[in-house]
Amino acid sequence: MLMITTHKRLLLFSLTCLAIGFGWFASADANAASQRLVLTGSSTVAPLVGEIVRKYESMHPGVRIDVQTGGSSRGINDTRNGIADIGMVSRALKPNEKDLHAYTIALDGVSVILHASNPVSVLSKQQIADIYTGKITNWKSVGGADARITVVNKAEGRSTLELFLQYFQLKNSQIKPHIIIGDNPQGIKTITGNPHAVGYVSIGAAEYEAKRGAPIRLLALDGVDASVAHVHSGAFPLSRPLNLITSHVPQGLAQHFITFARSQQTHELVEAQYFVPISAE
Amino acid sequence: MFQSVQNDALTCWVLRAGAVISALVMLLILAFLLIESWPVLDQITPARFFTDTSWHPIEGTYNLTPMLSGTLLASMGALLLAIPLGITSALFIVFYAPTHLALPYKRMIELLAGIPSVVFGFWGLTTLVPLINQLHPPGASLLAAILVLTLMILPTITLTTYSALKAVPSEFLHNAAALGLSRWGMIHGIAFPAARSGIVAGVILAAGRAIGETMAVLMVAGNVVQHPEGLFDPIRTLAANIALEMAYAMGDHRAVLFVSGLLLMLLVMVLSAMASKIGKNQYA
Repeated sequence: MLMITTHKRLLLFSLTCLAIGFGWFASADANAASQRLVLTGSSTVAPLVGEIVRKYESMHPGVRIDVQTGGSSRGINDTRNGIADIGMVSRALKPNEKDLHAYTIALDGVSVILHASNPVSVLSKQQIADIYTGKITNWKSVGGADARITVVNKAEGRSTLELFLQYFQLKNSQIKPHIIIGDNPQGIKTITGNPHAVGYVSIGAAEYEAKRGAPIRLLALDGVDASVAHVHSGAFPLSRPLNLITSHVPQGLAQHFITFARSQQTHELVEAQYFVPISAE
Repeated sequence: MFQSVQNDALTCWVLRAGAVISALVMLLILAFLLIESWPVLDQITPARFFTDTSWHPIEGTYNLTPMLSGTLLASMGALLLAIPLGITSALFIVFYAPTHLALPYKRMIELLAGIPSVVFGFWGLTTLVPLINQLHPPGASLLAAILVLTLMILPTITLTTYSALKAVPSEFLHNAAALGLSRWGMIHGIAFPAARSGIVAGVILAAGRAIGETMAVLMVAGNVVQHPEGLFDPIRTLAANIALEMAYAMGDHRAVLFVSGLLLMLLVMVLSAMASKIGKNQYA
């Protein structure tokens, strides 16, 4: 036991040294940077853009790109005011925002999933909302077996939760969950381990696991099958585009970065975040 | 002669430096937690962490008490199971098991101590939770958390109790035997009192591990923020709360998560204060 604590301390100490050293390098790097770009906006898009920025900066030393979060509306405001070069917005532009230029870098889709042994194959939008708010508590009420429904919800702050709430027009405090999960793989394992559970995860993750034989069923919504292809075509209702926006037609570094973000080179990063890549033109 | 004095001085300084660094790391962590949670502590009264209606940080309600009760119930439940099991298995190794059995048994316990917590969590999620679900849905529950935590802290208690019992001077035991005490009489009257502070230290260590355990509990406890009404209700612990929400939290939400970290640290501090108090009483 004593040995272990000493090791931990050593580790902590070396980590601290590393952090200090790294900070010094980073600041040295900032001084050398000649070209800067500031991005602000949606917390859904920010983690993906952060990864893209990391890759871009490693390919173009001397370029420094700041990514700040604060919600889609901040992205719109900052871009209009010129505080940010590029805004990040996790929805399509509204009619009164047509003065801005939007460039989709990825699509986000969410699928409601059940255990494969569950006889229920269709749920209406209202039924799903009733299940999540605790108005329907037994599968019998929606044509299934006589068993209590286990409602699986996502942890606060996740983009899948945000999209789900927005589509069903619910507030998180209205939902009566039995299990709360963090990431998509945990959600899928929870459903596969519980035949009476209902949950929702990113469509990319669900389709990937279902193809590999996980006993889950992706529910169709409004008669449209949940699939990456249908998110792609825009037919699937529980989905949204993730956009980069600019106030003018982008030029120079901004244009170069947006082209990079929409290129084939970022597809791997997009898929790692369980988003759907756009097809390269 | 001179050489050894020099060595002593060197060792002394190395030890001092080590001690200062460990103390500094601890203080730095505390300072870091305070700084990060300051934006929220500055704005709202601490009472709100106990009187708000619920935990919905994005909607601006920050009640931490359900997670406090969840943390305490899960760790106390696990201790309740693991203390008797751990102490009896240590007694078995030291006093009852024949040598050819004692060594492999102890190796097995040591192996159990080395299993990473994610493995316990994964096993819990895929095996234990579905099993409990058949008994009483949803399966992910306080009970599942207690059982997984018990498995994780059992080896800690067994091994520290084992060391404490081994450290009892053999003359004590020989004298007890010479006085004609039975084996249980010797354990109860001599070995236990002599090893007590070591055993208590082990239990405290185990309690700290149970309170701070994150991944395994996150996978099996259900993570619903509520005061559980029974063993089959899902709970969320403070540590799991941080791990669940930190990745995507911003602004006040993020700061409140640091407050729950601060609360967790406070809990561990109270625990270690209690431990030193119990330790003192032993010698009085």
